[in-house]
Amino acid sequence: MNWSRLIAMARKELIQIRRDPRSLLIALLMPIMQMVMLGYGVSLDAKHIPVYAYDQEGSPDSQALLKHFQASQYFDLVKTVPNYRQLTRAIDSDRCRLGVVIPYDFSKTLRDRGTASVQVIVDGTDDNTANLAVEYARAVISAYSGAVQLDWMGRQGLATLAGSQPISIEARTWFNEDLESRNFIIPGIIALVMALVGALLTSLTIAREWERGTMEQLISTPVTAREVMLGKLVPYFGIGMADAVLCFVMGVWWFGVPFRGTILALFITTTLFLIVILGIGFMISVAIKNQLGASIIALLVTLLPTSMLSGYTFPIDQMPAPVRAITYLVYSRYYVTALKAIFLKGVGIEALAEPMIALTLYAGVVGFFAMRAFKKSLD
Amino acid sequence: MFGRILHMLIKEFLQLRRDRYALIRLIVPPLIQLLIFGYAATFEVYHVSTAIVDFDHSQESRELIARFTGSGRFDLVEQPSNRHRIRDLIDRSEAAVAIQINPQFAENLRKGQTASVQVIVDGTNSNTALIALGYIDQIAAQFAEDYQNDHLNRMVPQYRLLMPSVQMVERPWYNPDLNSKWFFVPGIIGSLTLMTIVNLTAFAIVREREIGTLEQIMVTPIRPVEFILGKTVPFFLIGLIQVALIGLVGTLWFQVPFRGSVFVMLLGTSLFLVSTLAVGLLISTLCSTQQQAFASSFFFLTPAFTLSGFAFPIASMPPAMQWLTYLNPLRYYLVVLRGTFLKGTGLSILWPQMLAMTALGAALLAFSVMRFRKSLD
Repeated sequence: MNWSRLIAMARKELIQIRRDPRSLLIALLMPIMQMVMLGYGVSLDAKHIPVYAYDQEGSPDSQALLKHFQASQYFDLVKTVPNYRQLTRAIDSDRCRLGVVIPYDFSKTLRDRGTASVQVIVDGTDDNTANLAVEYARAVISAYSGAVQLDWMGRQGLATLAGSQPISIEARTWFNEDLESRNFIIPGIIALVMALVGALLTSLTIAREWERGTMEQLISTPVTAREVMLGKLVPYFGIGMADAVLCFVMGVWWFGVPFRGTILALFITTTLFLIVILGIGFMISVAIKNQLGASIIALLVTLLPTSMLSGYTFPIDQMPAPVRAITYLVYSRYYVTALKAIFLKGVGIEALAEPMIALTLYAGVVGFFAMRAFKKSLD
Repeated sequence: MFGRILHMLIKEFLQLRRDRYALIRLIVPPLIQLLIFGYAATFEVYHVSTAIVDFDHSQESRELIARFTGSGRFDLVEQPSNRHRIRDLIDRSEAAVAIQINPQFAENLRKGQTASVQVIVDGTNSNTALIALGYIDQIAAQFAEDYQNDHLNRMVPQYRLLMPSVQMVERPWYNPDLNSKWFFVPGIIGSLTLMTIVNLTAFAIVREREIGTLEQIMVTPIRPVEFILGKTVPFFLIGLIQVALIGLVGTLWFQVPFRGSVFVMLLGTSLFLVSTLAVGLLISTLCSTQQQAFASSFFFLTPAFTLSGFAFPIASMPPAMQWLTYLNPLRYYLVVLRGTFLKGTGLSILWPQMLAMTALGAALLAFSVMRFRKSLD
């Protein structure tokens, strides 16, 4: 290893980056845009779910139930329709997610002290929103039911029997006290942006030299394979770090995600992750000599696993066992776990041992193979 | 004109065939992605790792615990004997939920006072936490109601059956089991197609320019429009094949129903392909190197996925973001896909989406042809 050759190689790469200001601009704008788009766009919270009601009875009792829906922050009672067909059509065309059908004998059943059934039709297409909507609707209806029962017991002179509510659940949420989906998604987005930028920057770096024919020139110089690799990756490492800082700053100051861990832990994990990502990008670039092919493979091994299998949005513990086994091979899994722990939990190094060790191993293996991947030969 | 387009097409297909791995790259990645996505993409919540501390050790507390563990939603990982251990378990993510039944739980219940149960939830994943809390509330409420009914029954048996109540009957339409796969598989068709087509098209012209073959083509009598048609028709066909392939695997392997008409789906797919081809072309005409094209296509693709309703409901986005989604062809295509697969809706309901894709496609295409003409000078 000759330092002056290494520095010369890094300078060549740096000049090349500088001469292509558009790519550099994209590399620096990308994290900002991604953070804004994803930070605002990604939310799983369901509020203001549009509701249509088909009130077959139209009595004070049924109106009271609908008022309960109206009052809930989760529902917007958009419209009361006079027949079933209009309700169907509204759900078909996505104008409402939840249809409440109150039967024609609603208040009569209640007067006869029976159980009145209220039908809640939910658009199951988006199962997550549907699940939340059903939960919220159940809460609204059971609150109404409780009120009806209390009222009845009072009139029967049994109010003393009703007593207080038998069980209270005192729920406390840790780490993300307001259950904001943004707080858990933004640390994941940082990993996603880093994977994207890393893949973008390095996966074409060798392929481009082959395609343009400059590889032969490079090979004819005394620079060694290892110097080529390091020289090419060092500038990109710098850009990757700059992007990371940009993401952290935006996440904490713009989106107000709590940061409870230490900068040191953040720095170590980010460095390890960058080494892995850049190394993988470099190997792809060496293996596939045309840029189109390299770009497709780079996406397949960096962006996709990071977005799907890292636990960034989809919880890993809910995946079937074979897929869960695959996630152990996904390096971003460890980075996302570490980021969430550092940001939200604020745990120290000792609780981060598992992801740290895994990332270190990964970085070692990838580094080792990346060193050997590139050979100075023409075939 | 058709002769020239035909020659252009033959050239493109020859080029594709000469690249040994091109076909593998076009077929295998989408299939792998579909399989992994299909299994990995879920917001369903089962088997939440749970720690339960019982400080009461009564028959009532044990019954409540049995209801939690018997629900299939909560997996008991440990029954720690003190509170410190809870902190530890949640810090290490070994438990996502901790339920603590306080002393005198049974005594309070019997006295008609409120018995309290403490629940600690790891909110790191807010969605899972929210759904898990919902289940806890539901189980506790059911327990309370049963207990109260029991109690009332013993005190004044004659009233037991005569309490008025309101019950909810839930009817999930289109996806009766609320199966995540039914939601995600149609979405995957749209997003994978978008990714493949934009990527391929974005590289198409830049590549010829970077290698220097664009000039050779430009000295032939071919006209810009013919050149663009010749470039895009193969990608259009690739797109159709990919949609058919993923759609087939989705219905046969993942058992997602297809309830609509193939014609509506074909129409929607064609319109969607035209608009995505136009996006790719636009990128290709704006860039001068393949790396730029690659970066730019990402600049477009990631927000396109996020702002499409693929995983995150558009209705929960802030208004400004909701407006942006109207510029996204994927947004409309997803409605068409979910409409034809799950809802079985036809043109009478899907026409606004078709119209929007046509308008977007036409505008983008016109713009990119203009740009291409200009970039030749």
